[in-house]
Amino acid sequence: MTATPTAAAAEAAEDRMDDGTTEIARQRHTDAKRAERKLGLMLVGPAVFIMLAVAAYPIIYAFWLSLNKADLRQPDANEFIWFDNYVTVLSSPIWWTAFGVTMLITIVGATLELILGMLLAIVMHRTIVGRGLVRTSALVPYAIVTVVAAFSWRFAWTQGLGWLAPENSAPLTEFWPSIGIIILAEVWKTVPFMALLLMAGLALVPEDLLKAASMDGANAWKRFWMVTVPLIKPAILVALLFRTLDAFRVFDNIFILTSGSNQTSSVSMVAYSNLIRGLNLGIGSAMSVLIFITTGIIAFAFIKFFGAAAPGSDAEGKR
Amino acid sequence: MQPETTNRKLMWWGVNAIVLLYAFVPVLWIVSLSLKDDATLNDGNYIPTSPSNDSYTAIFNNPDFLRALMNSIGICIIATLIAIAFGTMAAYAIARLDFPGKRTIVAMALLVSMFPQIALVTPLFKIETAIGLFDTWPGLIIPYIAFALPLAIYTLSAFFREIPWDLEKAAKMDGATPYQAFRRVITPLAMPGIFTTAILVFISCWNDFLFALSLTSTSNARTVPAAMSYFTGATTFEKPTGPIAAAAVVITIPIVIFVLVFQRRIVAGLTSGAVKG
Repeated sequence: MTATPTAAAAEAAEDRMDDGTTEIARQRHTDAKRAERKLGLMLVGPAVFIMLAVAAYPIIYAFWLSLNKADLRQPDANEFIWFDNYVTVLSSPIWWTAFGVTMLITIVGATLELILGMLLAIVMHRTIVGRGLVRTSALVPYAIVTVVAAFSWRFAWTQGLGWLAPENSAPLTEFWPSIGIIILAEVWKTVPFMALLLMAGLALVPEDLLKAASMDGANAWKRFWMVTVPLIKPAILVALLFRTLDAFRVFDNIFILTSGSNQTSSVSMVAYSNLIRGLNLGIGSAMSVLIFITTGIIAFAFIKFFGAAAPGSDAEGKR
Repeated sequence: MQPETTNRKLMWWGVNAIVLLYAFVPVLWIVSLSLKDDATLNDGNYIPTSPSNDSYTAIFNNPDFLRALMNSIGICIIATLIAIAFGTMAAYAIARLDFPGKRTIVAMALLVSMFPQIALVTPLFKIETAIGLFDTWPGLIIPYIAFALPLAIYTLSAFFREIPWDLEKAAKMDGATPYQAFRRVITPLAMPGIFTTAILVFISCWNDFLFALSLTSTSNARTVPAAMSYFTGATTFEKPTGPIAAAAVVITIPIVIFVLVFQRRIVAGLTSGAVKG
């Protein structure tokens, strides 16, 4: 029996395939499988190629650069210096200050975003009037360009210009007020995103369960902590993971609000300054690699210790 | 019963009002600044007392701003179209086909989406200078596509999983060719998802600042957010508040219109990728 690629043979094969017994059907099945694999690989090809070219290759290149002197101001003095750049970075107070600032912004920011995001999610989920209006306006901060929002906050706090600025002090020239305003700008922009992810989780909590808890005498506070939170824990963890990683990369807001003055630089700002202002690719790359590693550790910790399921991790093969 | 419902409604309107204030106060402030004239710019009032369009006249007569606006629109549209094309192909394969390495690709997309962009600035700067892409449109478009792809793949494959693919078979039974079945039955079902994803991808490109700042050096490819940070006033340290505010409003308007018109779809898109997986 040989499969002939005529329409009739294919029809016949299709019929017999349901039984899954005959040789021809098996043959055709393998062919189809092979064709499906080929098509699948062809379809993902371009996307994979671009992601590899822009993310994978450069990070390897960054690692190589970080082991070299690679100072554009002295191009002739370039040499392979092993981990000297890392020693320079890790023994520099500038790096550790920036690291501390970034951690502070990340932790305080993500905590506030979680609390406010949850409140906003509950409002969007529960409101009995103007639901569309609330959801639409909540999207505005998400959609606005970060730089635009940062300028708005900067002008608002600029002495003699802004509506929020105090009479006789300039908050953006002092450390703590600056950090506060940076966190405010970050939180304002990202609470809606957090709230949307949490709201999607809230929609999955069965109404009956809340009613039953209510019958059993649980008040709203108890229902929230004993029923809702455990059920939407996956949504909370995913939202928190994404926001933590995002907050750790903070750059736009600091660049516009303070340009990193008064030691308000984040690690991204310091790495950027070393590249563009200092033209020191070796040091800049060492910082890039360190940021990359820290991000990896944060993601790993979330997945390992909090059991955050990365989105898509359980999705493969679902058809 | 009646007064209680009214009270609850009033309470919710109060809560809604807080959300509205939260969302719009910083936005309206920048609109207000863009409308102030030179005399009242520094009065610190939230509402402009004598509105004028001086700032808008100024930026629309500024060739650097017009060029940046063109760059922003062109670069983001091209990046969105390509990312959607490649993303749709990949998402279709991931949602519908069985092939080796699927798990790896999904993991890779996730890794890219968590990637600290700053880690790529140095190497991309070096590579793009070497191959002549630095300070050109493709020099920005390519990184934008790469960082938009994970978002596109996640969102689209979530949408594709919801499509009742049996309809395609049914159409073929009724005598449609495979092309017709795909074109007439599947495409209309897939379009809303593709469209939503396109909006999300466009917003993320439109928002980029770091790459626009570090992979350009002239107005040749600099987009509006980067150009805004280079606007200069009387002295280097003084930023021209009015024109910056006006430029901010100009690049905010298209996004706000998107959001107002497509709110429902954007919410669906943002949540589908992350929660349903």
